[in-house]
Amino acid sequence: MTSNIVEIDNLSFGYKGRLLHKGINMVFPRGKVVAIMGGSGSGKTTLLRLIGGQIKPSHGEVRVDGDVVHKQDREGIYTLRRKMGMLFQHGALFTDLSVFDNVAFPMRELTDLPEAMIRDLVLMKLNAVGLRGAHQFMPTELSGGMARRVALARAIALDPAIIMYDEPFAGLDPISMGVICALIRSLNDALGATSIIVSHDVKETFLIADYVYFVANGEVAAEGTPEDLMQSKLPFVHQFVHGDKDGPVPFHYPAGDYRSELLQASSGQKG
Amino acid sequence: MMKSKLMLSMLHHLRGMGHRMIERTWRLGAGARLFFLAIVYSGESFKRFHLTLREIYFTGVMSLLIIIVSAFFVGMVLALQGYNTLQKYGSSEAIGVLVALALVRELGPVVTALLFAGRAGTAITAEIGLMKTTEQLSAMEMMAVNPIARVVAPRFWAGVISMPILASIFSMVGILGGYLVAVPLIGVDDGAFWSQMQANVDFSADIVNGVIKSLVFGVVCTMIALFEGFDAPPTAEGVSRATTRTVVISSLTVLGLDFILTSFMLVV
Repeated sequence: MTSNIVEIDNLSFGYKGRLLHKGINMVFPRGKVVAIMGGSGSGKTTLLRLIGGQIKPSHGEVRVDGDVVHKQDREGIYTLRRKMGMLFQHGALFTDLSVFDNVAFPMRELTDLPEAMIRDLVLMKLNAVGLRGAHQFMPTELSGGMARRVALARAIALDPAIIMYDEPFAGLDPISMGVICALIRSLNDALGATSIIVSHDVKETFLIADYVYFVANGEVAAEGTPEDLMQSKLPFVHQFVHGDKDGPVPFHYPAGDYRSELLQASSGQKG
Repeated sequence: MMKSKLMLSMLHHLRGMGHRMIERTWRLGAGARLFFLAIVYSGESFKRFHLTLREIYFTGVMSLLIIIVSAFFVGMVLALQGYNTLQKYGSSEAIGVLVALALVRELGPVVTALLFAGRAGTAITAEIGLMKTTEQLSAMEMMAVNPIARVVAPRFWAGVISMPILASIFSMVGILGGYLVAVPLIGVDDGAFWSQMQANVDFSADIVNGVIKSLVFGVVCTMIALFEGFDAPPTAEGVSRATTRTVVISSLTVLGLDFILTSFMLVV
């Protein structure tokens, strides 16, 4: 058993001739909370999809528990996915099922547990996220934060070894954000799992992550502990962590000369 | 100059036509692949029949009202129009057989399929399209649960099972509607209405062929609805377009297939 449960080795991936990732290397040690950060469109969520085997890399490989993900057949992929739990950005709860049935879904589909045991397990998972009292609700009756917590209970339903979080803090109020933040850390430690968080919320992520990767321009731009990165003098990291308006990521989208464009427009109007 | 502009425009049109042809061929192939996979992963639908039963309720039982009301009016109109023509030839007693044959052979399977596409087909497409948009299908995939086995196959079999039953109900209610207009309203002889029908409607040539048609329409309409939902771009506009395509493609396919099936059935 290797010390890293997930290893990304020289991975490149692209759509329609445009490379999104160019030779990325990352490791995710067992029991740790590791964050992948970067701007919108930097391919963070795509990395989660590559780890989950939903898409195949152009070059390089992703290894989960020693197995190369893209070389697995359908059964092999499903076996690997049984070790994973994933929290989607908006929860992705099944809208035709109640909160209880959503959490019970993976247990009913993937195990032969008797219904009485499933009931107890579901209530335990919901209790862990503080929503045991909401088990009879439908997803449409939940707030954004509650939906995210139910999705988290569903993601840990089968005690996965890897829990992946896709933008877990996006669109939440400060209280819900704090709750999710605390839950990610406490559940990771209680289950002895490895958590991979994809986010661009610096404050919350730095609070719970053991290690952080910054992705920019398809490469790992920086990596280290949250403390190291807070002190980093690297221009990109400094701009991202402190939220500077201008820097390596420019405020202005590339365009021609401002003055000449304005003059051209006014002369065109006169004509 | 003008000539080169014309050439460019023609080239542009040709390229557009080629693109559309390739896209349609690709979609046909993708639809056939989904059909194949739905059959391959059907085991679950029968092993856990409650999944299929739930879908039968949503596609079949929930379509009952529109089927019964439509069938009633279709049957009544058929009787009115049929009587109007038949009485000119002095054979108004044949009204029963006219209504029954029209319904059992053609209108039952075809109108049921058209209504099914509009009611249940659009619901299936919108539901699966929204499941895709809200990442529910991806979530299922990530849980190592196959969405084809869990979502597509039960809905497919529900459609295939529901359609012949709905078509039969359509024909029965239509005949009842025809009877109410022909006998109590117009005054055609009660005995002649039923006896002519009994004597002239053949079990294998009429009823079985009608059931075969509705089975084929069940496969086609459900598969189109499922594929359009699965293939819908994950946006509000994408789901809306997919829903429209379900109705248009299903209706045209049903009408075209009806002609082909009728030709074969009449020859054989």
